[in-house]
Amino acid sequence: MTALLQRELLFVTGKGGVGKSTVAAALADLAARQGKRVLICEMDAKGAIAAAFEVADLGFEPTEVQPGLHAMAMNTEDSLREYLRVVARIPLVGRIGPLARTFDFVADAAPGVKEILSIGKVCYEVREHHYDLVVVDAEASGHIVAQIDAPRAIRELVQVGPVREQTEWMLQILGDADRTGLVVVTTPEEMPVAESVELVDKVRSTTEVDVAAVIANRVLPQWFSAADAEVFDALSASAPQALLAEAAGQRVATVFEAASLAQARRAVAADHLARLTSALPSSVPMLIVPELFTKATGRRVVSLVADALDEELG
Amino acid sequence: MARRAKPTLADLLSAKEMVVVCGSGGTGKTTVAAALGAQAAVALGGRVLVLTVDPAKRLATALGLGAFGNTAVRVGNDAFAVAGVAAEEVRGELWVAMLDTKAGWDELIRRHAPDAALRDQVLANPLYRNITGRFVNSHDYIAMEQLHELHASGRYDLVIIDTPPSRNALDLLDAPGRMREFFGSRLLKWLTVPYRSRLFTMASKPFYQVADRVLGSRFLQDIAEFFILFQTMEAGFVARAREVERLLVDDRTTFIVVSTLEAAPAREAHYLSDELRRRRMPLGAMVLNRTLPASVRQPAAAKAATQLREVALDTRTVRKVADAAGVEAESARHVLGEVGERFRDVAIVAGREAERRHELEGVAPLTAVVPTMPSDVHDLATLLAMGAHLLADGSR
Repeated sequence: MTALLQRELLFVTGKGGVGKSTVAAALADLAARQGKRVLICEMDAKGAIAAAFEVADLGFEPTEVQPGLHAMAMNTEDSLREYLRVVARIPLVGRIGPLARTFDFVADAAPGVKEILSIGKVCYEVREHHYDLVVVDAEASGHIVAQIDAPRAIRELVQVGPVREQTEWMLQILGDADRTGLVVVTTPEEMPVAESVELVDKVRSTTEVDVAAVIANRVLPQWFSAADAEVFDALSASAPQALLAEAAGQRVATVFEAASLAQARRAVAADHLARLTSALPSSVPMLIVPELFTKATGRRVVSLVADALDEELG
Repeated sequence: MARRAKPTLADLLSAKEMVVVCGSGGTGKTTVAAALGAQAAVALGGRVLVLTVDPAKRLATALGLGAFGNTAVRVGNDAFAVAGVAAEEVRGELWVAMLDTKAGWDELIRRHAPDAALRDQVLANPLYRNITGRFVNSHDYIAMEQLHELHASGRYDLVIIDTPPSRNALDLLDAPGRMREFFGSRLLKWLTVPYRSRLFTMASKPFYQVADRVLGSRFLQDIAEFFILFQTMEAGFVARAREVERLLVDDRTTFIVVSTLEAAPAREAHYLSDELRRRRMPLGAMVLNRTLPASVRQPAAAKAATQLREVALDTRTVRKVADAAGVEAESARHVLGEVGERFRDVAIVAGREAERRHELEGVAPLTAVVPTMPSDVHDLATLLAMGAHLLADGSR
C-alpha cells in the first residue's frame, strides 16, 4: 500500500465537527515540511482552511500560505471558466458573467455538474503535475460519495458528449490507489464512529477510490491504568477526601470531580474507538491524534496536529 | 411593574407550537431536540412530536424508532416506565418520527401532480431521484416542508424539528425561498421552452453555447424533459413554498441554536443568530451543550490542584491518606500527583470555554447550559434528565 503522503491526491472527509479541516491542513503542512510542493483546496468555502493558516479569504487562484504550501478555495464558476478556456478553448471569460446566477441553478439541477467541476479541477492539478501532493478538504461524510463518485455517476447518466469524455481521465486518477486516497477523520464518539464505519464501507463497495486511512482525532489521553483507577476510586471516599481537603484545600473535591469526569469520558471514548477498530477492514490503517490541551487556535493547532501525525506515520 | 422571574426554556416551549433546532454538526442537535421533546411531553403536557433526522442507533432504539419512514410513532408508557416515570406522571404524549427525504419528495409529487399519469411519469423519471437528491438543497426544503405539514395536520401541540446537517446552515433558512424562486427563474423558462426556439432566442444564446460545451445537448434535453413535467406542478409548489416560508417567521415558531463551547461551532452559532435576525426569524434560545462545570474555573480549584501536587511529594501526608483509603502509599502518591497534574489540562479547556461562553451569552433572549455528561445520552432516562435540566435553565 502506498504511504499516505507518497500519494498525489488526498481527499479528507468526516462528519461535521470532528476537525476534518484541521487534519487536512495538518497533512498538507506535514508534506510541505518534508519538502513537497503542496496544494490544499477547500471545497465548501466555509473559510476553515483560511482560518487554519491564519490568512485572509482564499480564492480560486492559489495563495502560498507558507513555503511550498499553496491554498485555494473551490469555486465552481471559476472552475468552469478555466475549463472553458483551457480545455474547451472558448475565450468566453468576459461573457459568462451575467450568466453566473443562471449557471448556479443549472449546476444545482443537473446532477453531478458542480461535483465534476470541482473534482475535475483537483484532478487536473494532479494530471498536470503542478504539485507533488494535492490535499482536498472535501465535503463532509454525508456528501463525499456524491463528490468523489461524480465522474462515474455522470458517465452512467450521460451517454454521449463532452462531459462524458472528461470523465475518463478523471476516473483513471481517482481509481489509482498509488495516486489517490480518501482519508476519513472521526472523533471517538458514537455518531462520528458510526458514520465513518458506514462511509468506509460505502466508499469501498461503490466507488473506485481507495480508503487510505482513518484518523481518530481528539482522542483523550488515558489518565490512569485500571489499577490506578481503583486507587483513584478509593481516594475519592470520604475519609481520604477529608484528609486531602485539610492538606490541599476544600476545592480538592472539584479537582477530583474533574478527574472523574475526564476518566468517564475517556472510558466512553475508548469503547467507541474499540468499536471503530474492530469494524474497520484490517487493510485500512488507523492513525490517532490526541486531544490537544492548548489555548492556541489556527496555525499553532495545525502544527501540533501535524506533529502528532508525523509521529503516527513514523 | 412587578419584576418577573427570568424566562426559561419551559416558558418558551409552552408559548410556541414549532421549534426548529439548528446549529453546526457535532454539537448534539438531535439529542437536544429529543431531550426537549421528551421533557416537554412529561412536564408541559400536550401532544409533542420530535421530528429527527439521523439519530444515533441506540437513541433511535430507545425511542422505539425501529422502522424508517415519515410515520410518527408514539413513545409508549412502558418506555417511560423503564425510564422511571410512571404513566400518571406523563402529562402529555411523546411522538417521534424520522425525516425521510425521498419519501418526502414522493409525497410532494403525489400532492401537486395534476393527474395520475403525470405523477407516475415524474416518479419514474430516471433524473427524478438524482435531481431531487440535490437541487435547491433538497433535504433542507423537505425538513421545512415536513414541519409545515405536521403542524398543519393539527395533530400536535408542539412540533420540534432537528435539522439536517447542511453544507451551509443558511441553506435551511433559505430553502423555501429558493424553491419558490426556482419556478420563476429564467433557467426553468429557458429549459422548458421548446428546443428549437431555445436555440434562436438571442438572450440565451451565449448561455446555450456554454451549456452545450459543458453538458452536451443530449443531457440538456433530458434535463429539460424532466423540468417540463415538473413545471406542471408549479402552482402547487410555489403556493406551498410560500406557506413554508411564512411559517419560519411566524409568531408560533421559535429557533433554538445549539452550540458547544469550541471555536468553530461557536463562530457558526454567532453567524447563524445574526442571519436569523436579519431574516426576522425568531431566535428563542441558545443551548450551550457539553460544557465543563463552572467550578473547574475557580481559582481555588487551580490552587487545590497545585497543592495536591505538593501533597503528593509529602511522604507523611500521602501515607495518612493512603491508609485512610486502604491503598498502598506508592500508588496513592502516583495517582494524587497525576490528578493534580492533569487538572491543568481540564482547566485550560474550561478557560477556553469561558471565553466562548462570554461571547455567546446574550446573543439569544435566553441561554441554557448543558453540562458534559459522564456517559453518552442514549436512553429515555438520560434524555429526560437532560430535558429537565434544559427546561429549568435560562439566562444564567
